[in-house]
Formats: sequence, C-alpha cells, structure tokens
Amino acid sequence: MMNTKVVGYIVIAVGIAVFAILAASQGLAVTLGAFFTIGIFSFLYKDNPYYKFSEAAFVGISAGYWFVSLFWQNMYSKLFVGVGAAYHTTFVQGGGWDDRWMMLIGGLLGVLMLMRLFPKAGWISRWPLAVVVGATAGLYFINYFVSNGILQLGASAGPLQRYDAAGNLDLWATISQAILVIGTLSGLIYFYFSKEHKGAFGGVAKIGIWTLMLTFGASFGYTVMSRLSLLIGRMDYLMSDWLQLIN
Amino acid sequence: MMKKALSISLFLLVFPVCGAASPAWAQDAPVDSTTVVVAETPPQLEAPAPVVSVEAQDTPDDAGKSITISWELSADDVAGRRNVTKYIILRSTSPDGPFDTVGSATAGMTTLTDGQVDNGVNYYYKVAALAGKFTPAGEKLFAGVASPLSGAAKASGQWFHIIRTARILPWVLVIGISILWFINVAKKGKDLYVRPIAGLAEVEQAVGRATEMGRKLVYIPGTQDMDNVQTLAGVTILGRIAKLAAEYDAQLDVPVSRSLVMITSREVVKEAYLNVGRPDAFNEDIVRYLTDDQFGYAAALDGLFVREKPATIFYMGAFYAESLIMAETGNAIGAIQIAGTANASQLPFFVAACDYTLIGEELFAASAYLSKEPKLLGSVKGQDVAKVLILIAAVAGLLLGTFKIADISGWFQV
Repeated sequence: MMNTKVVGYIVIAVGIAVFAILAASQGLAVTLGAFFTIGIFSFLYKDNPYYKFSEAAFVGISAGYWFVSLFWQNMYSKLFVGVGAAYHTTFVQGGGWDDRWMMLIGGLLGVLMLMRLFPKAGWISRWPLAVVVGATAGLYFINYFVSNGILQLGASAGPLQRYDAAGNLDLWATISQAILVIGTLSGLIYFYFSKEHKGAFGGVAKIGIWTLMLTFGASFGYTVMSRLSLLIGRMDYLMSDWLQLIN
Repeated sequence: MMKKALSISLFLLVFPVCGAASPAWAQDAPVDSTTVVVAETPPQLEAPAPVVSVEAQDTPDDAGKSITISWELSADDVAGRRNVTKYIILRSTSPDGPFDTVGSATAGMTTLTDGQVDNGVNYYYKVAALAGKFTPAGEKLFAGVASPLSGAAKASGQWFHIIRTARILPWVLVIGISILWFINVAKKGKDLYVRPIAGLAEVEQAVGRATEMGRKLVYIPGTQDMDNVQTLAGVTILGRIAKLAAEYDAQLDVPVSRSLVMITSREVVKEAYLNVGRPDAFNEDIVRYLTDDQFGYAAALDGLFVREKPATIFYMGAFYAESLIMAETGNAIGAIQIAGTANASQLPFFVAACDYTLIGEELFAASAYLSKEPKLLGSVKGQDVAKVLILIAAVAGLLLGTFKIADISGWFQV
C-alpha cells in the first residue's frame, strides 16, 4: 500500500507536468489564469490546499496590484503631475490660478494620515479622517435627499391619470402610476420609525414591505442572470482561451 | 458625372458609412461648411435646408467642463417636411476650423450638451442637418450642410446651483431645525420612541452566542471606502457591536477591504474598548486589511468562514456582487448572520441568505437604535419629520393633480 505522502508527491508532480505542457502549448499567462480559476472553483467541493493557495495568491497579488494602481492613479497622476501642471500654468505661463493646485490639499491630508507612524503625533491622523467623514456626510446628504426624496416626490405628486400622445387616457400607464404611488407612499410609511406598525398604520406599512419584497424578488432573478453571465464568461475563458475547444 | 456632382454640391456633405454600427465616421471626418464630400455610390441625396442659427453657452449651474449648444430646427425638420434624419454637432477651438464631430442629435431636437470640453477655452460650434438614406447595396449615405458659426463659448463651473438651492434649501432648513430640536429634547432626558427593528433586537443575543460558543464574531463594514455613506453607517454600528463584544469578551474580527476603513474602524473599536473599561482587550489586529479587490476580498472571507467557523457574522455597509458569495458561505457554516445595506440590488441576496436583514434606511437608523445616543436619536426623529412632510406633499400633489386643480410635480424637479 502506497504511502499517502508518496501519492501526494506523485499528484503534484503530474500536476506540474500537465501545467508545464499546457503552459508551453497555450501560453503561460492564460494557463496561470486557468490554474487559479479552477483553484477558486475547487471551493465548491470543499476547502482544500489548492483553494488556499489560490486564495492567498489572489489576495496577495490583488493587494499589491491595488497599491500600485492607486499610487499611479492618485499620487502620481493627480498629485505629482497635477501640481506640476498647475505650477507650469501659474508660474511658467503666468496663467494665474489653476484648479489643480487643490490637489495639494489632498496631499497634505495624506501626509497628516501618515502621522500614525509616529506614536507621539498619531493623534493628528484623526484630522484627515474627520475631513473625509464630514465631507462625505455633507456631500451625500444632498445627493441622497435629491435622488431618494425630492425626485421620488416629484414622480408621485402629480395627476394619477396618464394620457398618450393623442390625448387619450392611457389605462396601463395610469395603472402603472397608481402602483408607483401606492408603492412609494406605503414604503415611506414602512420606514417611519416613530410609530409602531400596528392597526391601519401597520396595514399600510405591510403593503410597503410587500412592495419591497416583490421588488427584491424581481431584482433577485435579474441579478442571478447577470451572475450566470459571469460564470459563462469564466467557462468561456477555460474552454476558448485556454483549452481552445471552442472557436 | 462626378464633376457635375461636385459643382452642384458646393456646400454638400455626404458621409458614406459602411453599416449603421460604424459611428466612427463622424469623428474620422472633420467637416466644415466649405468641405465637400460626395458619395461615389448612387443615388445622390439632396441636403436638407441648413440650420440657420446656432448658440453655444456655458452650461449653467454645473461643475464646469460642459457647454450647451442650441439651434433652430432646419426648415426641413417641421411638420409636413420631415426630411432631416439627424443633426451633427461640429466643434473647433478656432473659428477657422478644423471642425470635429462631437455629437449628434435626432431630428426634432434643438439642444445638446457637450461634456468633453476644458474650462476656460474658447470653443466654436456648427450644426449640420443631415438627411440619410440606405443605398440598394446597404450603404448608408448622409447629406447635409453645416450651419453658420456660433459665438465663442467658454466652460466654467459654478459654486451654487441656483434653482436646486432654492428648491432644496427650505427642506434642508426644516429637517435641520427638526433634528436639532429633537436632539435638544433627547438631551433633556425625554425618552424618544424608535420602533423595534427586527434584526437589531437580536444583536445582543448574536454577540452573546459568539462568546458562549468560544468562536469569532466577524464584522464586515461593507466593501466600499469612507466616501460612501453606507460605510459611515457600518462603521458607526461597529462601534456599538465592539462595545458589546468587549463587554461579553467575544473575539471580534473586522476584516476590511479599504485602508481608510481600516484606520477609521481601528479608532472606533479602540474607543469602544476604552469606553467599557477594557483597553487591555483591544488589539490593533482586530481590524485588519485584506485587499481592495472585490472578489479577492470575498475569496479571503470565504476561506476565513470555513476555517474558523465564526458564530456570528455582521454585514453592515455597501455591498455589490460579493454579497451572495459571502452570505451563502456564512449560511453554510451555520453562523447567525445579520446584514444591512441600502444597495437595493444586493438586498435580495441578504434577505435570502441571512437570518435578519436591515433594509435601506433601517441601516442608518440602526446606530441610533442600538446606542440610544441623543444626537443619533434626534437625527432619526428629524428624518421622520421630513418623511411626514414628503408624504403630505405627495398626497396633496396627487389630489390636486388628479382632480385637475393644479399640477405641482414640477416643483420637485431639481
């Protein structure tokens, strides 16, 4: 009876040989992509060393990739190039103020954030955090209020009856508008937190949650379809790009 | 034949295009009113009457980098004479050209916004009304004449959107005053009622379960950065969960996908442990960074779930396609899962795979409900005032519009 360890070594050796052959015939990058794709898919069976390796490689490589990507997108493109261009516009060309000088504020906040590295000045790093959190809350307040509040109000606060281009009552559009209004108003009541959902108020809130659940059901089906398209994309990669079984 | 066509069509533009799916034709062919291009494939097209007036101006109430072009319809684009297929918009930084096509508008349209401009640069525009036709061979021909030149237009940004400000400011003032008033009431010690929210009532039990089982309590504050308001809500709720974890001596684990979220979460968790008198139990590694990559993060969490089998998992914040991957794995290992997000497309997955789900605004109310802090409670009550006002305005608008008294829906177009 063969030792389990020996079997393991044989499996690894065969795997490396197959990988080498495929890499030579299909290309190293494509074969590596397929190797990790299958590794991640192996989780469907159960957690295993192949998945662990793929996961660790995925996490490590992606973290490194994002670091480099963010450096070039922000530090280089916006701070170095942006401020350099602003300097050129203002001082070399004599063109006055350049909006790209504002990038220096971001750079300064970044430097303050790095104060965390110095224990005695670590408290300064809370300032950029406060700026980010405060600015986010302020900016998004208006955006959310407009998109989730005012515009929905505008869509509901109009006549129920809808007409077609010829001026005749459009029954389906009217029914659609009625559903929209009922769904919006009952949903709004569901999200009212100052009163318990009891009695007539609770009944309307229940219509609201039913509306939401129906929406979620439709959204679920729609999103599952898009997830399937992702799966098809991966299968296409394995079958076409890697094994070239499909042209 | 060719010479004759050239002489007749002095101001004629004809764009032969192989198939409608080749929009590059417009960009490949700089055009102005003196350019003449004639299709070699018959039949020839008669150009529609040209646009006679074009105006270009900085788009008002915007952040800049945008110019709005408006024109009068061609005389051939009116009732009874629908000979125009579309208009193309030509742009140059010099009145003498060359002009590039920067957009197109269907017949009947009289404005177009050019969002591909730089601030502070003078741009000149022309608009060409085109007639189009398919040849028997399937080629599409366009013929048209460019309009006279517009005046110079320069894009710039504005600090205030005047109409939007006028329509939103009253709401903001009413909501702001309501919030401040309720905060003041709460500070005076008056009990402000917030209705029970199903998932939140179970939070304490879920944390206690992790302690009893001696397993981890995993908290995921979404996959977006600190510039997402849901992440803010997630990190705020984390403060309350961390307090409970410190009190119950549960093993809290907060794997995050953004560096800024990591730093903020560390501060929040540290403060929570200090507040309950357990600074000794705080360890910076409670909050740890994995990767920014959406699916790399999901893969790492899946591995963590199946290997460490946490007793309780919280998902609070903004999520995208990774939501089901994580929630389904958490469900498979038998963890109690409480989720909350305002991303409508991900809510169905959390509803299906988690024990409790905070829907939309419940996520934002959760921190107030859990902490009972006056500032947070006051903001929830103030928002409820806004909801009542919106409800009243919607019902009033509905009744006024339906009974044809007045249509006020336009008041809310911002």
